Amino acid sequence: MYVAVKGGEAAIANAHQLLADRRRGDRSLPAISIDQIVAQLGLAVDRVMAEASLYDRELAALAVRQARGDMIEAIFILRAYRTTLPRFGMSVPVDTASMKIERRISATYKDLPGGQLLGPTFDYTHRLLDPSLLADEPVAEPLRRTADGSSMMRVSDILAGEGLIESDGQMPEDHVPGDLTREPLEFPLNRDLRLQALARGDEGFLLALAYSTQRGYARTHPFVGEVRIGEVEVELDIPELGFAVSLGPVQVTECQMVNQFQGSAKNPPQFTRGYGLVFGQSERKAMAMSLVDRALRAQEFGEDIVAPAQDEEFVISHSDNVQATGFVEHLKLPHYVDFQAELDLVRRMRAEYDARNGIEKNETIRDAAE
Amino acid sequence: MDAIKENTGTAVSERKRAMGLLARASTEELQAGWLVIEPKPEVHPVRGPETGLVMVRGRIGGGGDPFNLGEATVSRATVRLGSGEIGHGQVLGNDREKARLAAIFDSLYQRPEHRSAVDLLIDQVESRIDAEDRKHAEQTAATRVDFFTMVRGDN
Repeated sequence: MYVAVKGGEAAIANAHQLLADRRRGDRSLPAISIDQIVAQLGLAVDRVMAEASLYDRELAALAVRQARGDMIEAIFILRAYRTTLPRFGMSVPVDTASMKIERRISATYKDLPGGQLLGPTFDYTHRLLDPSLLADEPVAEPLRRTADGSSMMRVSDILAGEGLIESDGQMPEDHVPGDLTREPLEFPLNRDLRLQALARGDEGFLLALAYSTQRGYARTHPFVGEVRIGEVEVELDIPELGFAVSLGPVQVTECQMVNQFQGSAKNPPQFTRGYGLVFGQSERKAMAMSLVDRALRAQEFGEDIVAPAQDEEFVISHSDNVQATGFVEHLKLPHYVDFQAELDLVRRMRAEYDARNGIEKNETIRDAAE
Repeated sequence: MDAIKENTGTAVSERKRAMGLLARASTEELQAGWLVIEPKPEVHPVRGPETGLVMVRGRIGGGGDPFNLGEATVSRATVRLGSGEIGHGQVLGNDREKARLAAIFDSLYQRPEHRSAVDLLIDQVESRIDAEDRKHAEQTAATRVDFFTMVRGDN
């Protein structure tokens, strides 16, 4: 018999009030503002935007604050918010070649056109805790140097000039880009849909998978052809006007991973590629994405599928941290009735076992749930 | 499509530039620009202001076929002047007042008597953005690696 149990309402309301109190914390300290989170915890904000798949720094910062800094909770909140909004349309594809560069490095060419621009990087820091940040000491203005304004040629274009790398990904003619927010996923996926899933995938999960490919579980022999971070214009077609207008810039991180050769009777040997593109500044995520993108193309290149990172259904089905946390965390919700059924079953099995083996029945401790 | 025919050539590129810069203007810049518009025209709302989403697309490999990267919040508005001109405003983010003001300026841009005021506003926005971009480009340029080779002597 199913019996509905009530009585949690007051406890839930009180728990949420307690949560609000703990979130605010010590009242003698000033509350942290959304502007401060955007300005000073920018990379946390970027991660929330990327994995919520919604570019809006203020809302992402609000979500971070509301979630007390719990990133996956913040991503969940922002995802939920996006479902309340209508969709106006699809942008013109952003042009990363004309990005306003803040950082651009290549591990394959030392002297590439436009040069190596380190930008605001953690690389080459010593990862020593900096006690000067305990006090709010003034920070010097960054140095400036005349920018020569030379164009930042894509590394893939340099190799393409020699015909030594595969071209940018093409889909069949008349292919409409898949959208996993509109259609349920059906495997196998096209690469466009995989990239959408990877772009919103959990950074930790993709990082671990990418690492696994480096450790030998689907070797792809990668080189970072290029990582670039900067702003690109988002343009939207306005049907009433018959032309596209700019809505403003978004910051993205792009990674071109160059991988070892493929060749066949028909195609000459050439480098293959993995691609990563992520909202905000997140090169760890963009690099991991590009490694996993390449690994997931195993079938396309006739490679043996031997490792988790090559298994599309496994990777894409488990890359979304909102789905993952929902299913894992639901286990803590009341399962009293399910458990009661299992308890009855195991008691019966145990009684049969005891009877078979001539064990006398012990005095049962009445179950708390009964 | 008469509307499309009208919007050909330079008229299109000028309005496109103006709308792009209006989208980059801050709400304060637009409000200040509105203060100096004289006489104030009659403005009727046609649509919005409202906030929604635009699916931002990237290209596979950077230059290949499109894929859906993720959405961005966009606020938009459409207004009509008493004299009939329709203006559209569409800006990244949640600021509906900014979208409404951008739409008003887009409609005013089409009125000869207000054109110079709108031009002044968008030129100011453009010089602000150019100055910010230059500053960032110069700060980035200072982090450029100047490789040099250490020549190892034979003795």
